[in-house]
Amino acid sequence: MNRLLWLAFAAFSAYAFWAVDLWPGRIWPGLGKLARISAELVPPDAGGQFLTLVFSLLETLGIALAATVMAAVLAFPLGLLGSAKVLPNWLWRWPLRRGMDLSRSIDALLWALLFVNAVGLGPFAGVMALMMVDLSTLAKLFSEAVDHSSPGPVEGVLAAGGNRWEVVRFGILPQVLPAFAAQALYYLESNVRHATILGVVGAGGIGMHLTDQLRVNEWQQVSMTILLILASVTAVDRLSRWARSELERGS
Amino acid sequence: MRRLLILAAIGASFYVSEVSPVRLWNGLPAMTGYIWGTLPEVRLATLGSDLAAWMWGWKRWLPMLWETILMAYAGTLLGAVAGLLLSFLAARNLTPHPALGAATRRLLELARTVPELVYALLFVIAFGLGPLAGVLALGLHAAGALGKLSLELLEHVEPRPLEGMRASGANWLETMRFGAAPQILPGFLSYTLFRFELNVRSSAVIGFVGVGGIGQELYVATRQFVYQDISAIIVLLVAAVAILDQLSEVARRRLAA
Repeated sequence: MNRLLWLAFAAFSAYAFWAVDLWPGRIWPGLGKLARISAELVPPDAGGQFLTLVFSLLETLGIALAATVMAAVLAFPLGLLGSAKVLPNWLWRWPLRRGMDLSRSIDALLWALLFVNAVGLGPFAGVMALMMVDLSTLAKLFSEAVDHSSPGPVEGVLAAGGNRWEVVRFGILPQVLPAFAAQALYYLESNVRHATILGVVGAGGIGMHLTDQLRVNEWQQVSMTILLILASVTAVDRLSRWARSELERGS
Repeated sequence: MRRLLILAAIGASFYVSEVSPVRLWNGLPAMTGYIWGTLPEVRLATLGSDLAAWMWGWKRWLPMLWETILMAYAGTLLGAVAGLLLSFLAARNLTPHPALGAATRRLLELARTVPELVYALLFVIAFGLGPLAGVLALGLHAAGALGKLSLELLEHVEPRPLEGMRASGANWLETMRFGAAPQILPGFLSYTLFRFELNVRSSAVIGFVGVGGIGQELYVATRQFVYQDISAIIVLLVAAVAILDQLSEVARRRLAA
């Protein structure tokens, strides 16, 4: 049985490699060309566009932060509504959760492509696209956190005569807020990564310059742009890790 | 003070990304209107023929979807093999030489920090249009991501079996193969399946830059405003992603059991 499984795996892999053109005869010439390109990548040079690049990098960070903030703010009400503790009626909850599943299974870049058509070129389309993906995930995480929150404080608020809103505000929110903030920070990191490429479809940020430079074979500018992307991704990761450790210490 | 800084950063981010209450107010209906516009007109009386007209291109689209899935499969397989092999060199507790370990860790970090799409843009120029560029882009990124996960598993292996093997005269390669690898393989396979799920999604969007598959078709349909094709392709894509996610989840549960 095990041998049969291995055989099937090997056969399917061979078929897949054949179907996607993965064979040495195709790879070698490409590697040669890649080596020639790599030689032209150094030294990185902005070609007098350094300030423009830095500004679009700031725009990229802006897109990521704005999308995270908006997703987090909107995920609150959605997440609460998606939780069995707040909205016991599954008839409401089910379509809400399925809708969130749907918007999560579509990649941010695809959302960006659609939003560019709907609201026009520019960073706003990028913000909306990133928000669509994060909103559903953050809302889901938030509903689950609320579902798994301990019943003690909730009962306490109820016993003290609290109404439904007060149960949420004083019984549930304090329990889930730190975890929620940590998640939002993770999304900030992932959004920065995504935001760097949104420009490829015209949704703002530094990706636009990258595609333009590639189109006209300005290799030194390409490597400069990639370096700037790497530097900003790393910097935001560091910052976010530090903020998360601060959060943990605070809670 | 810190609170003020954060608020200022958020304000600045809204400013540079052109988000404003007015744009939001206009943007959300524009989006729902756009999505609504891509959906076909379906009447109950002509349900069958309406749906058939909507999915008119399925004979073309299904092979493209299959190509997208194969790209994800081949890319994940390449990335998993490369990442796994490199992680043995990179793990701090197992590396043959600390300098080699540090260099490999940097390499893995670089491989996963550059977005797949950027690799795809470069590889399309080097390897030409077609799925090969996509597979290599997915594979390179996956090697970085899976290499890191494997590295973390390796750094937490139980050291005693390895010491026993070394004491009985096994060389580095044997110790890794028979001492360390068996400990991490189940966990690594589970990560690899998860990576495959992610790569199916990525494989569809790197199609936007000309590596083939359903993504390319979707890009063309979007750019040419062929509304109903957009929604038909997205529905097919989302269905394929959902099915593969389910399959992969079943496989991962089997692994865990």
